[in-house]
Amino acid sequence: MPEGTLCNKKTVNTVEELHALLADKSGKVYYDEMNSLEIDRAALKATLQKTCKSRIRTWLEICAHCGMCADSCFFYMANNRDPRQVPSYKIQSTLGQIVKRNGDVDNAFMQMVMDTAWGKCTCCNRCGMYCPFGIDMGIMFGYLRGLCFSQGFVPWELKIGSGMHRIYQAQMDVTSEDWVDTCQWMAEENEEDWPGLEIPVDKENADIMYTVNAREPKHYPEDLAEAAILFHLAGENWTVPSVGWEETSLAMFAGDWDACRIQVQSVYDAMERLKPKRMVVTECGHAYRATVIEGPYWAGLKSGKTPVPSFHYVEWVAEALRTGKLKIDPAKRIKEPVTYQDSCNYIRNAGLKECAREIMSYIAEDFREMSPCKEHNFCCGGGGGMNGLGRYREQRNIGLKVKRDQILATGAKLVISPCHNCWDAIRDMEEIYHVGIRWSFLKPILLKMVIVPDHLKPDE
Amino acid sequence: MYELVTGPLAWLAFAVFFIGVIARIVLYIKGLDWKLDRVTYTVNVSYGIRGALRSIFVWLFPFGTHSWRSYPFMTILVFTFHIGILITPVFLIAHNVMLWERWGIRLWTIPEPVADILTIAVMVSAVFLILRRIALPEVRILTTAYDYLVIAIAVLPFFTGYMAHIQAPDYRFWLILHILSGEIMLVAIPFTKLSHFVNFFLSRGQLGMDFGIKRGGMKNKGLAW
Ligand code: SF4
Ligand code: SF4
Ligand code: SF4
Repeated sequence: MPEGTLCNKKTVNTVEELHALLADKSGKVYYDEMNSLEIDRAALKATLQKTCKSRIRTWLEICAHCGMCADSCFFYMANNRDPRQVPSYKIQSTLGQIVKRNGDVDNAFMQMVMDTAWGKCTCCNRCGMYCPFGIDMGIMFGYLRGLCFSQGFVPWELKIGSGMHRIYQAQMDVTSEDWVDTCQWMAEENEEDWPGLEIPVDKENADIMYTVNAREPKHYPEDLAEAAILFHLAGENWTVPSVGWEETSLAMFAGDWDACRIQVQSVYDAMERLKPKRMVVTECGHAYRATVIEGPYWAGLKSGKTPVPSFHYVEWVAEALRTGKLKIDPAKRIKEPVTYQDSCNYIRNAGLKECAREIMSYIAEDFREMSPCKEHNFCCGGGGGMNGLGRYREQRNIGLKVKRDQILATGAKLVISPCHNCWDAIRDMEEIYHVGIRWSFLKPILLKMVIVPDHLKPDE
Repeated sequence: MYELVTGPLAWLAFAVFFIGVIARIVLYIKGLDWKLDRVTYTVNVSYGIRGALRSIFVWLFPFGTHSWRSYPFMTILVFTFHIGILITPVFLIAHNVMLWERWGIRLWTIPEPVADILTIAVMVSAVFLILRRIALPEVRILTTAYDYLVIAIAVLPFFTGYMAHIQAPDYRFWLILHILSGEIMLVAIPFTKLSHFVNFFLSRGQLGMDFGIKRGGMKNKGLAW
């Protein structure tokens, strides 16, 4: 069975394998090798037998081909209502066929499946809300990605990403030492302005264990500093774990379920080790989805819940504002029109719409809802890993148009986006379409308007 | 022929229908897997039930959901079609007379003119559903011959029943065809897409549990479908 050196059915488990993949710029060799990758039909068949059960089989079978899911998909809308972008069509022509043929498919077909599963769907789950039968194509695409991954048909960046999680338990090559160093560095860097500021590592029995997205220590360490300052101002007893601090999961985007388990287990182990009262996750949508919503299932936790109660950053902010732990200076509230990007992952798929509204009521004077919004929001266009996939850059850019028009229709020039993926997508949108908008996480906005209690101010 | 279709064939059709439908329900539920579906069906049960009931209930009302509201024409077609299909055969006077003669049971009945209107409504909405399939590119791309077959199976009993009812020439022919097509529909329910007769409830219930238990149901008042 021909297997490429880079493109194959094996998972990436060593630094050497990882470097070999990274050295292949844009995955040129990788995608070349994919052309001769053979399908292990017996394995595919066996996987279907084991994992494709009544829920998905019924969905595929009873789909009435009514097309009511069409308008729900932003890709369909952004591509001038191209019928090939109808969610039902996309899933029936891929997973539907694999199931019908019981795994008897060829290379060209599998490449088409890969290009559909990652290039035409962000797993935003919006279509599931519009189908009368409750057929959730986002879930099926997630499942399909797993099938593709097991056969080696996965975009190059995500093969790397899932390897990162396997090796570093983080989506980037940030080791535990790097992480702890960054925490120390950020605490030192800011302690002059904020006397008493700490980033306590591995403190047991804290009220809050804070966990992040590896991009923060790697590329935006100030985000970590901002989180620390806000916890400090709120008087929280908090900590970060030295190991198990990463919430994200490119493995989930890749469909590498084993790596998903390894990743979330590292966080759950930290919970068991440090025994915090609860966990708070940074401003990231898919991270929360992976570790808090789906993670317990990968880890086989029968309660379906994380070992300690877990909260998204917006939940913590809403609570801090509500209870007065953080107080906003009314004079400094956002005066200009401002809108909010509802992330599919923690709004539609985790039910936190009210927290977002509550926060906006404290910090903004002219809050404008997008239409549609809350659980009916459209994906920003960069979800499901798509932001990072070179092969589908063009499709991603087309998809951004829906969110662009939604934002413009609000008349707001500022978008609050407490989700890394959405934040990136909106940044790229401005870069491509030059519509004159700005975007921000919550932390920097809050820091600008929060009232600093006298005893926490630096000595003059 | 009449004896055959109203006797053994009728028994057979009803048996296949009932056993088949029960089997579908059992198989569906047996095939649910908390780990694969990532929904703790048997933990957090109250959230699951609430989610399932909400998810089924709101969708049973025309314009009850965002989706129904965004496709008003389709919504009217779908509800007209289904109300006619479900109400007419069960509450038709002629059917209930037969029930009474055979087993001495009787349900509520609807006046004949109402039954006429419902029957015509089923046929007319079917025509529009077919036209919609042909006219809209996003529906055309999904459509297969099977979809037309399913519509035909569902509508034939109404068409033939109507022909028999208006005493078209060859009454006997239409009557037998009517009974036969009704039996075909009953048998087809467990084996074709018509299984959504029960799978609608199961599938909607499942997704409702998913949202009710895992995807936010424990942290808010429930999804605004
Ligand atoms: S809305 Fe549902 S039933 Fe209709 S085509 Fe889409 S997936 Fe199929
Ligand atoms: S999950 Fe989202 S992106 Fe994927 S098909 Fe459905 S609506 Fe489209
Ligand atoms: S990037 Fe944001 S909007 Fe897009 S799928 Fe992820 S959470 Fe949803």
